[in-house]
Amino acid sequence: MTTHKTSEPFWWGLFSAGGVVAAFLVPIHLLLHGIAIPLGWLPADVTGYEHMRVLFGHPLIKIYLFVLIALPLYHWAHRFRFTLYDLGLKGLRTPIAILCYGGAVVGTLATVWILWLV
Amino acid sequence: MSTVTSDKSKLYYPKMPATWWLTRRAYFLFMLRELSSVFIAIFLVVFLIEIYQLSRGPAAYAAFVQRLASPGWIIFHVVALLFALYHSFTWFSLTSKVQVVRVGRRQVPPPLVTAANLAVWIVLSIVILLVFLFAQRPA
Repeated sequence: MTTHKTSEPFWWGLFSAGGVVAAFLVPIHLLLHGIAIPLGWLPADVTGYEHMRVLFGHPLIKIYLFVLIALPLYHWAHRFRFTLYDLGLKGLRTPIAILCYGGAVVGTLATVWILWLV
Repeated sequence: MSTVTSDKSKLYYPKMPATWWLTRRAYFLFMLRELSSVFIAIFLVVFLIEIYQLSRGPAAYAAFVQRLASPGWIIFHVVALLFALYHSFTWFSLTSKVQVVRVGRRQVPPPLVTAANLAVWIVLSIVILLVFLFAQRPA
């Protein structure tokens, strides 16, 4: 049996952290931003541009939003990579790994940039 | 001692069909759980784009929220919410099985750990809702 060092535990760690964030925080944000706000269930002075810009401009909120958005991307990346293997695409393991983790990294950079802009 | 050679071409390697997960309910539910991560990721990307529109100004933001109110996007978010809840519930019951929690020398029974996770999730959701509704409220 040969053993070799891999970066697997690193990606698994991010997968795990992303899974915790997704499990605890995503449902309420889905309800808020995907359903309640578009359907007008909340007061306009809360969901309007003024309040949203001020709220999302706050540094602590930005840090929270970074964790909320970036970490579950690594959860997706790790899960999706192994799902593709489970669907029979083992022959493409390297491109798949690069696309999945690379996608999460690109998403993380986009999150930093967009939160910087707000 | 004579060497034994195995003729690999005579060995049978059964091929797993790509539809293996359709053969049993447990496998299908497993695949659904994996699929949940896709819906969560798509929602987060849409949310990120919404935040980007916020940086572009009131008109861009309002137009984007208007798009999210279309039937297609509402249906997507309802489906995504169901997947996210499935992820949450399976995650809480899984971590309670995988992570042994001890108080002193005794192990906390897994169902209790699951219930504690659920309780924390409910409290966190309420806190987030309250912060969203009442923080930085215009005077």
